[in-house]
Amino acid sequence: MTEDQIKSVVFRLLKTVAPDTDPTQLKPGDNIRQSLSIDSFDYLQFIVGLDKELGIQTPEEDYGKIGTLKELVEYVSSRRPLAK
Amino acid sequence: MIPYQMPSLGADMESGFLREWKVKPGDTVKRGDIIAEVETQKGIIDIEVFDDGIIGELLIKVDDKVPVGTLMTHILTKDEAAAGIKPEKLTVQQAATAVSPPPVQRHIKASPLARKIAEEKGIDLASVKGTGPDGAITREDVERTTQKTVPAERSVSENVRMAVAAAMSKSNREIPHYYLDTTVDMTKSLTWMAEANKKLPLQERLLPVVLILKAAALACREVPDLNAWWENGPVKKDHVNIGFVVSLRSGGLMVPSINDADQKSLAQLMVALNDVIPRARAMKLKSSELVQTTLTVTSLGEGAVESVYGVIYPPQVAILGFGGIHEAPWAENGMLDVRKVMTITLAADHRATDGQTGNRFLLAINKNLQQPEKL
Repeated sequence: MTEDQIKSVVFRLLKTVAPDTDPTQLKPGDNIRQSLSIDSFDYLQFIVGLDKELGIQTPEEDYGKIGTLKELVEYVSSRRPLAK
Repeated sequence: MIPYQMPSLGADMESGFLREWKVKPGDTVKRGDIIAEVETQKGIIDIEVFDDGIIGELLIKVDDKVPVGTLMTHILTKDEAAAGIKPEKLTVQQAATAVSPPPVQRHIKASPLARKIAEEKGIDLASVKGTGPDGAITREDVERTTQKTVPAERSVSENVRMAVAAAMSKSNREIPHYYLDTTVDMTKSLTWMAEANKKLPLQERLLPVVLILKAAALACREVPDLNAWWENGPVKKDHVNIGFVVSLRSGGLMVPSINDADQKSLAQLMVALNDVIPRARAMKLKSSELVQTTLTVTSLGEGAVESVYGVIYPPQVAILGFGGIHEAPWAENGMLDVRKVMTITLAADHRATDGQTGNRFLLAINKNLQQPEKL
């Protein structure tokens, strides 16, 4: 899975929990929850969707490691090998 | 024969539009069945019956504007239905008048037809500018006002804004609020929750908010004076129905109730939130989720400001505010440490309770949060 493919899944899932926002405008260093005003309930729905679509497991203690778009993409990549 | 009247779906609600009957005369219903859809400022609400029986004649037409308290139908017993009892038919206007007679307009000049239309449409003649002889209000004047005040012309988010505005203005006008706050150490609760979550599949993982809700619900049992309504005096409620503030992304709030929250396990509360939050955002709630709330909780969640001082939602007598969980220096037994803490605020109605009751309530919540395994 390429970085762009991961991003496109992330953007699509963010759009479902925050339909009034444009996640594609996120910069790599932006805090996702703060930038899109996503509350803890919606963020959990987002993680559930991510785990389901990408077949990964995100333990709760890792939530702190995926605050920004850059961190999230790196986190997902480390659990799913990037396509060459 | 039990009369079924348009319920009040909030302190601010004066009327609603009947959009659909879900039953027909002769249908058997039981308590909790949905019998109609009513459009209010808070979206389309499913309204439920509170008694078992058989539906009588439907007295309201679909798309009619129905003032709160208007007779809509009757719930008949089997014998009554068999005997063919037909409840006396009342028109919308008669029924509304029986419940709350409109104020007499003494000093306002208006034509009889203008008065009749204004009454039918629920328009206050004092708000209409007359263009007839001596400034008398004519039929055209009233109709112009009707066109201006058709609710459909407002967007949904404007309607929600106006509903919040009406309820909060009423609260601030009528309720003498008093405020207390306390900061609690969340370490035990959060550590316990993190351990519990390790054993749970992602979909069932707990959020801090369910611990908070349960701690508050149990405190309502310990200090029942705050689990009450002000109805010409404080009236304690038997059930603990916690209203949970859900902010809408388009602005405004919905406050669905988690009924009998004190009886639910943390897992059941999580399921309840998973069910009700998306429906609140879609403005698709049931009447029982809006009219039975006994205490409101607003939780800002992590990353938020430290404290929130709420405005009580009438007829309730208290609102709890939970600020964002954050790290702070914490002194205990002469030692200084860094802990995850949260500030809890209570705004309560001073007509119903005093600071001492509020103090006991906040202490009870803190005690519950220090014993997460008992939640």
